[in-house]
Amino acid sequence: MMGFQVVVLWSDILIWLLVAAGVGVGVLIAKTPPLLAAWRRVGANRVGMASATVLLAFILIGLLDSLHYRAQLESKPGQKAVYAIEVLSVLDALAAPLRSRNEKTYSAPFATRLYAKETIDLPGQGTVRDYPRLKHGGKHLGEREDEVAEDAAFTAFKAGVLAFIGWLGVFAAVATVNRKKSPKLKLREAAFAWDAVLLTLLLILVFAVPLFWLSGYYHVFGTDKVGQDVLYQILKSVRTGLIIGLVTTLVMLPMAVLLGIVAGYFRGWVDDLIQYIYTVLNSIPGVLLIAAAVLMMQVVIDTNPQWFSTAAERADLRLLALCFILGITSWTGLCRLLRGETLKLRELEYIQAAQAFGVSSWRIIVRHILPNLMHIVIIALVMDFSGLVLAEAVLSYVGIGVDPTMTSFGTMINNARMELGREPVVWWSLVAAFSAMFILVLAANLFADAVRDAFDPRAVA
Amino acid sequence: MLAYIVRRLLYALPILIGVNLVTFALFFVVNTPDDMARMQLGVKRVTPEAIEKWKVERGYDKPLMFNSGANGLSTVTETIFFEKSARMFVGDFGRAEDGRDIAREIGNRMLPSLAIALPTFILGLFVTITFALTLAFFRATAFDFWGVVLCVAAMSISGLFYIIGGQYLISKVWRLVPISGFGDGLEAWRFLILPVLIGVVSGIGSSTRWYRTIFLEEVSKDYVRTARAKGLPETLVFFRHILRNALIPILTGVVVVIPMLFMGSLLTESFFGIPGLGSYTIDAINAQDFSVVRSMVFIGSVLYIVGLILTDISYTLVDPRIRFE
Repeated sequence: MMGFQVVVLWSDILIWLLVAAGVGVGVLIAKTPPLLAAWRRVGANRVGMASATVLLAFILIGLLDSLHYRAQLESKPGQKAVYAIEVLSVLDALAAPLRSRNEKTYSAPFATRLYAKETIDLPGQGTVRDYPRLKHGGKHLGEREDEVAEDAAFTAFKAGVLAFIGWLGVFAAVATVNRKKSPKLKLREAAFAWDAVLLTLLLILVFAVPLFWLSGYYHVFGTDKVGQDVLYQILKSVRTGLIIGLVTTLVMLPMAVLLGIVAGYFRGWVDDLIQYIYTVLNSIPGVLLIAAAVLMMQVVIDTNPQWFSTAAERADLRLLALCFILGITSWTGLCRLLRGETLKLRELEYIQAAQAFGVSSWRIIVRHILPNLMHIVIIALVMDFSGLVLAEAVLSYVGIGVDPTMTSFGTMINNARMELGREPVVWWSLVAAFSAMFILVLAANLFADAVRDAFDPRAVA
Repeated sequence: MLAYIVRRLLYALPILIGVNLVTFALFFVVNTPDDMARMQLGVKRVTPEAIEKWKVERGYDKPLMFNSGANGLSTVTETIFFEKSARMFVGDFGRAEDGRDIAREIGNRMLPSLAIALPTFILGLFVTITFALTLAFFRATAFDFWGVVLCVAAMSISGLFYIIGGQYLISKVWRLVPISGFGDGLEAWRFLILPVLIGVVSGIGSSTRWYRTIFLEEVSKDYVRTARAKGLPETLVFFRHILRNALIPILTGVVVVIPMLFMGSLLTESFFGIPGLGSYTIDAINAQDFSVVRSMVFIGSVLYIVGLILTDISYTLVDPRIRFE
């Protein structure tokens, strides 16, 4: 057993903090009947719950990728332990074959040979120009290279059947629990949309299990320019996307809520000042402000290399800086909404009554105003997520996104887009990145719709 | 009316000063000119003399905000803040790293940007409003349902996909139009048609959905019921009553982006090689040309504030109940 040294990156701390916050809010919701009722409405929404299942799968990948460590290097007994410079995550350990089995350069999905011809030395026959065999893709087939389709289909079928059996187990468990809780209701009549969750789970399992099974023998999504497996890159991109989408809201939320409520409640010069601040920030075009801030951030990072002990830490800091900057540029919308709503609320009778009783302003804000703004906050949070994930890709293209060494959907697209000019076309990285991003964003959009429908008092179902 | 506009313009001034201060802080206080010189010169050539020379050439050798060495008014004017930031108010943006005058460059590049952005804007507005009106007309039918599904799916696709996919399919595989570039005069249309088309398509999802909700909100209002009670046919109700009233929030909502059309689009212009302001900005970002980025930030803010003022004016024009206060 090799030793390892736990590495805690700043973004790891924040993402686990978010998980803790999520649990905390969950407990709070369970104690607040109106919020609980709204979340029950989300739970009854089939599309909403199906997309929530997909999102959870993505979050699981992201969380596995947020536990980092440095492996111990081989050393003689008695020597001081030395740790590798490379920072790995639990996901890397689980997907070790994907990470380590690199080819020389591009290869198509399920290929057994490289994309480009090379001069190969054949012992005793001189040299020939041919497509060289891949080192890992389809290695188990040996000479039977033309049997890829049958072999892959058979393996996929085996894995699919296993996935289905596993799913049947989950299905039986859910059905039994449901029967015990409410004996008369069938599963599809239950208040919680279990049928949608189970169906989505079936789809995910039947798709994902064969995919990973096959990835042990082939490069299912092909390999990129330096021969790295595209599936592995997709998995790594998930965490970057999630951090951009989630941590940014964490940055923006306190600012938007505090300033919005304070401006609306106290009015007067406080209101004028806060309005001035957000109008100024709002009037700078978002991309340009981000560009300016990231450029400046990069100068700070480049002039202070002594702050970081590994490349991962440097990339991580840039990622967080990006989240912070995105947060600064995106809090104004929510702030304005909250200010407007607080202006309305503070004129209502129950607030006036509280003021007449001499309840302090902060207490009124915390006890009476904030809970009545929660639906706006929750709607804004889930609506922002998908936009931020999409923004990351654009920013990385412009060159002001995440660190170029960090895998993300944006850097994948950016690296792959030049390859469309090749003949034959190298399409797999681009298609894989766009598809994965599409699934993530679509799920987020659909979930956001379900949440909005459930929380928005104006929406009459 | 005139007094109102003047007052709005005066109100814009402190905001522009704020923008100016924010950009100044970002570009000169977070990093000193010395850091920037080191970055620009590269690691090899960094000597104290080289840094000093770089700073003198660009006028960064002065104090930031207050020059204690000078006397009289020049304690304020002989500073980086006055020469680099405050002079942007009169349209003096200084020179880019390649020595060209930024203000002239911006003037030259505005037209190509506008040639893409304006047709995209107008065509996009027309297409999305038509689509949204059709969805609202067939509300609560299968057509409406699948239309909305299509919109959500279109919203979830990255904008990069539309550009990369469209360029690949139409220019490379079908060879209908040139992949990228720009021509003079009327010849330009061959270069413009694809970016405009892609711009319109990529905006359909979210705008259609937004306009559809506006139409549906209008449908449930009392005057619509009255119109139906009078026995008006549904098409007349839609085109004479609902469309007109719903256009008010839609059009006043888009007024704010009209001045921003001059800025062009970062992505479209750089993918299609259009020599507009968007590609100018991207090139500046990649070359880390801070004075250009700073100028673009300032111009963008000015245009946004003009947009806000236009929005206010358009509100008062379409709704007589709003007074010029």
